[in-house]
Amino acid sequence: MALLQIAEPGMSTEPHQHRLAVGIDLGTTNSLLATVRNGIAVCLPDESGRTMLPSVVRYCADGRIEVGQLAVKSQATDARNTILSVKRFMGRGLKDVAHVETMPYDFEDGPGMVRLRTVQGVKSPVEVSAEVLRVLRARAEASLDGDLVGAVITVPAYFDDAQRQATKDAARLAGLDVLRLLNEPTAAAVAYGLDNAAEGVYAVYDLGGGTFDLSILKLSRGVFEVLSTNGDAALGGDDFDHRLFCSILERAAIAPPSLEDSRRLQMKAREAKELLTSCDEAPIHLRLGSGEEVDLVITRDEFAEMTRPLVQKTLTPVRKALRDAGLSADEIKGVVMVGGATRMPHIQRAVANFFGHEPLTNLDPDKVVALGAAMQANVLAGNRTQQDDWLLLDVIPLSLGLETMGGLVEKVVPRNSTLPIARAQEFTTFKDGQTAMAFHVVQGERELVADCRSLARFELRGIPPMVAGAARIRVSFQVDADGLLSVSAREMSSGVEASVLVKPSYGLSDVEIAEMLKSGVEHAGDDMRLRALREHQVEAERVIEATEQALGKDGRLLTPAERAQIDAAIAHLRVLREGDDDRAIKAGIDAFARTTDEFAARRMDDSIRGALAGHKVDELEL
Amino acid sequence: MSIDLTQDYFSLFEVPRAYGLDEGALEAAWHRLQSQVHPDRYAHLSDADKRRAMQWATRVNEGYRTLKKPLARAQYLLVLAGVDAGVETNTAMSPEFLMEQMEWREGVEEARTAGEIDELEQLHRRLLHHSRDVRAELARQLDVDHDYTEAADTVRRLMFIEKLQHEIDDALLALEG
Repeated sequence: MALLQIAEPGMSTEPHQHRLAVGIDLGTTNSLLATVRNGIAVCLPDESGRTMLPSVVRYCADGRIEVGQLAVKSQATDARNTILSVKRFMGRGLKDVAHVETMPYDFEDGPGMVRLRTVQGVKSPVEVSAEVLRVLRARAEASLDGDLVGAVITVPAYFDDAQRQATKDAARLAGLDVLRLLNEPTAAAVAYGLDNAAEGVYAVYDLGGGTFDLSILKLSRGVFEVLSTNGDAALGGDDFDHRLFCSILERAAIAPPSLEDSRRLQMKAREAKELLTSCDEAPIHLRLGSGEEVDLVITRDEFAEMTRPLVQKTLTPVRKALRDAGLSADEIKGVVMVGGATRMPHIQRAVANFFGHEPLTNLDPDKVVALGAAMQANVLAGNRTQQDDWLLLDVIPLSLGLETMGGLVEKVVPRNSTLPIARAQEFTTFKDGQTAMAFHVVQGERELVADCRSLARFELRGIPPMVAGAARIRVSFQVDADGLLSVSAREMSSGVEASVLVKPSYGLSDVEIAEMLKSGVEHAGDDMRLRALREHQVEAERVIEATEQALGKDGRLLTPAERAQIDAAIAHLRVLREGDDDRAIKAGIDAFARTTDEFAARRMDDSIRGALAGHKVDELEL
Repeated sequence: MSIDLTQDYFSLFEVPRAYGLDEGALEAAWHRLQSQVHPDRYAHLSDADKRRAMQWATRVNEGYRTLKKPLARAQYLLVLAGVDAGVETNTAMSPEFLMEQMEWREGVEEARTAGEIDELEQLHRRLLHHSRDVRAELARQLDVDHDYTEAADTVRRLMFIEKLQHEIDDALLALEG
């Protein structure tokens, strides 16, 4: 490990100035970790120099957990306990997952997210993903030699609230502070756009292992504005493997294979797919456990033909995104190709045909998302410099709404709204004396509730009895910059409030997360209290530093008495930070936030005025 | 509380309070405001800062959307002028307009049942042209004649047209699966 500890020129002079932050591409097939070093985004390799970590987790009978390359080796021999492509299960019920019949896992269905029975007990997809993230976090800490301020984790743009929440939960479980969930195509656009000083309207075609996204962005003077996004959260390179696997079964005319043979044939299918990117044909040869033999050759044309419907399937979201952006294909200046699956020649051809020009492939489709995430993480952590003056304006991919009479959806937040966004809708009672109202929050574009994803149900109680139609119940939706929703409801005449931070019914409860955190920490042989103490100390340091910076810049906004109060609060928090009572420090941080809240409000207000005033100055100069 | 929530969107974005709009100026103001208040600028600061940033950025986005969309902008101008657009109470429309609407709707319904994607897309384009004419009318009423009563009527017509556009969009979505 010591070999990787490189002293950076920028860091050695002012170590506390550079905050360590990473970007993580948590992929279906592979995951990557990147950071910004000396102003340049780089992927961080493991000890063997590999940057890609296969997103594969194996639960061993002896209690060990293998992740990555090591786990890949056991995928055929211990298929049930070796979990591949877990991203496909994130925030999903069993009925939402395609091809379960050919998967070697022992699923546990039930309300909410599907779970997997392994030799180490029942595991949720969130826990499995957290194992991958833990390995990357350890890699980051070892090679950066310091405490991580946080991470930007990428998600498919078309992920719904349940899938985003599941991803954030996994990060939390892995002990990562999530600076932002960033959409994968947006991350790619940042990396591409900054590298090439691109201006104009671009499309990002992102076909990953298990997800497809198409985002249309307008790049102008450092602003990356997503105009629209569309996709298919269950379509990816895996489906091409699966199609080839099915075709092999048909042609070889063998008996239904065992779990182990099935996994081995799937591996052969994936190898063949990759070979066909550069070769005209791929041999498939395998002796099965049953004694049967598979021996055939697949040509590139045959493969293109059998997967043509999948390629066509990606073009529907492309058309929808264009329509939502109000653009035609010829108005797109360039198409950035992202994801290993876009290496397939017939996909590049289909995209070129659709847009009328060759797609942009002058970047590594595997790494570009992680690199973009690292650039954004660096800026979010507070390492912004003059050159880093860019702004991302992203959107919500799917509409949010409420169930109304007859199982219909009333849309409250339309898809492709720029984040953050808040919207409210008023409802009324339909019975005399009605004192409670039930709400059902859904996400999706269809008219019927049954065709949309159910996110949460909650009730507003204590409505004063009135005649039907007299009560005014205002339901407010707020979607934050991570694309995560919170909903509250209030009866306007009496002020009765029911608030729920939407934890989708497909997600995990806070109790479950706490349990997992506890067992995870015990498993790692770590001391939870010590970690909490360390985290709170870092947090206290961070807020003190931020406030002192703000005082230096905007101290004039405070009266002497207010200034004295904040100075005293800083001194008090400093004392607490030196101690070892993690709860006292946490309480101190909360109290500190309340003391400085008004100051924060004034600074924000002032900066708005500054923005407008600056504009006027510019105009005068013209 | 120091944030001035009463400031209207035209003042916030520093564009003239009128229906006619310099879209480039509006967008530039939006970018300028968001680069001050976007949550990404506050991700490393305290929770209070982050919360404040989200509230401000939300308000700036809502203002941008209101001023950018012609119908929302017209409705907002009526609100500022103290004129009730009568969206809920006054739905009396001229028989000619209602007849025209019915014809459009029948056209959409037929194309939808027959699964005619091309026909729907063509209807969409024709409707777009039509709404352009209605918006020109609105611009005259609001900016030249300052006849808000007439404008309120045109706003209601534009709402019907936009609803129809959404129906076509939904039909297209459903057909494309």
